[in-house]
Parts: sequence; structure tokens; C-alpha cells
Amino acid sequence: MDKKKHGAKTHHTTQKKRHAIQLVWALLTNSYLTGFLYGKIYTGKLKQLCVPGLNCYSCPGALGSCPIGALQAVLGSRNFKFSFYLAGFFLLIGALMGRFVCGFLCPFGLIQELLHKIPFFKKIRYVPGEKVLVKLKYLILLIFVILLPLYAVDILGQGSPWFCKLICPAGTLEGGLPLVFLNEALQNTIGFLYAWKNAILILTILASILIYRPFCKFICPLGAIYSFFNRVAIFRHRVDPKRCTECRLCAHICPMNVNPAKNPNSAECIRCGACIKACPAQALSHTFTKRTEISSHTTSSAPLPPSSNGY
Amino acid sequence: MNRLKEHRTALVLLAVSLVFLLTGTLLRGEHEVVLEKAIRICLECIGIG
Repeated sequence: MDKKKHGAKTHHTTQKKRHAIQLVWALLTNSYLTGFLYGKIYTGKLKQLCVPGLNCYSCPGALGSCPIGALQAVLGSRNFKFSFYLAGFFLLIGALMGRFVCGFLCPFGLIQELLHKIPFFKKIRYVPGEKVLVKLKYLILLIFVILLPLYAVDILGQGSPWFCKLICPAGTLEGGLPLVFLNEALQNTIGFLYAWKNAILILTILASILIYRPFCKFICPLGAIYSFFNRVAIFRHRVDPKRCTECRLCAHICPMNVNPAKNPNSAECIRCGACIKACPAQALSHTFTKRTEISSHTTSSAPLPPSSNGY
Repeated sequence: MNRLKEHRTALVLLAVSLVFLLTGTLLRGEHEVVLEKAIRICLECIGIG
């Protein structure tokens, strides 16, 4: 079988397995079915624990807390100006797996990926100014998640969760829409902010059809936090320069526009594993695979055309 | 031994994370702030205000 065809087939199988893991995780962490039936949210003790991905705690099914919402809640409270609990949580998850969370354990990431599967005559592979735009998420983290909850406080000294309030489309989709739909009291209170947040959600949905994971690439403050750990996490990628033929197949197949052969632990890598499966020389691997000796192999040096990357 | 060397930064971060988690929960009770916020419908999060 032709190597490129074989690579594409393996790639799709790998991504299907990943989507299955994403789906199972999303269902497990949002399995409070009563919430969906009666327009309520889970109020048990489990909610003092955070889930690793972006998952609104006001989603009727949510069993855990969103770490970004939790961070804003602690920073915005009168008693704390630093959160050891959330800093410890981010260090723990980040040191274990970095942005693996984005690729496997984030329900909002899955939603964007599924939206991107909707056919459209022209998908946007590279957004103009993408290299600069990917830095936007760090600015959003600093301003909306840290500084505003800390310093834009009311007379009681309490801050608001500004990222959730003004930006987060996950909260609108997972919490706002189902709760307002199911709860008549909430329907009577919606106003400009609800319209604003729905406009952001619609924009995110449309952008996700055209661009692979636009929210993760440019906006997500949680991805920004985990990205700091990609280089040092226990789960990370590695490249064997002796095997790499610089064919650039990995760069062509990467939906996050990373060049894994040059920078296998880029801050943008969400660990989807597409590059590892695509590499015909088996030059890419991760830290949980055993290093093997170079065997005799032939590789194709011709890169795939951009349209054949499967995204 | 090589494995330990390969992951030494991550292991240090994991140790720090455990200290932080214990400080945040046992000494400061931050998890209660999280719980208190998460068990009420977050009106800001859902776009009510």
C-alpha cells in the first residue's frame, strides 16, 4: 500500500480512538442527568474538585468544577489573593501531561473538532497573523482571569469571574442555553449580556467550522496555562534526529500548525498524536513509548499537499 | 535512573503541586470557596449577569 494512503488511514483510526476517549470523558464528567431533566445543577461535594478541561460548572450535567471558573472564584473572593489550590492543581495536571488535556480531556475541544468536520467549500488552514494571534490567549489569561477578578472588585472586595462573564462560549453552550431553556425563572432575566454571550458562541461555532479549534488556538486561558508545561511534562513528544528525513509530513498533518520535527513540544501542541502516526520514519514518539533501534526503512520525502491532512 | 533524570523537572513540579494542594485545602480551605461557587448557578457564566 502507498505510504501516504497508509498514513492517512492510520491517522483517521487514531483520531477516531481519540474522539472516543474525548466523548467518554465528556459523558463521565457530565453525567448528572437529573440536571438536564429539571434545569438544575449538581450540588454535591464532588464539585470542590476540578476537572482538567474547560467544563462549565453551571452545566446541568457537570460533576466537577471548571478550573478557570474556580481560579476566578478564589481570586475574586475577599479572603484570598493567590490560590494555592488552583496553582497546585495546574502544576499537577501540567507536570503530568501538559496540553494532552486539550487533545483528550476537554469537552469544548471535542465540540470544536466535531464542528470542524462539517463540510465547507473552503477551510482555513492558516489564519493571517496566526503566529501573533496565538499569543492572545496569554493576554486573556492575564487580564480576564487574573487581574480583573483580583482588582476590579465591588465595595465588599469581591471580584467577578470576568472571563466567564464576558467571553467564555463554553459557559453559554454548556450552561446558559440548557438552563435558560429548562428554567422559566431564568428566561425572564435574560438581557444584553445573554445576547452578547450568545453572539460570541455563534461566532465560535462558525469559526470552528472554518478553522480547526479556533478557541483553543487563540482564546483559551486554560490551554495557555497548560502550554507552559508542554516542554517539561512527564508525557511529552520527542524526535529522533537520526531517523528524521525532514520530509515535513508531520508539519503538514498537524492541525495546530506546529512543526513537530523541529519543535515536538511546542506550546501549541495538543498531543493529538497525528504526527507520530504520520511519520513514515518513526522519528517521532512520546515518552511512554520505548525507544527502538533504527531498522532499515525507506521513507517518502515528498510532503503531503495541505488538503490531504484530513482536517 | 535515566527515566528519573529525563523527568526531573516534572517531578519537582509534582512535589511542589502536592505542597500547594495541601496548603490550599488543609490550611486555607480554598476548596470550600470553589464548592460554594460551583453549587450555585453561576449567573455570570451563563450570561445572566
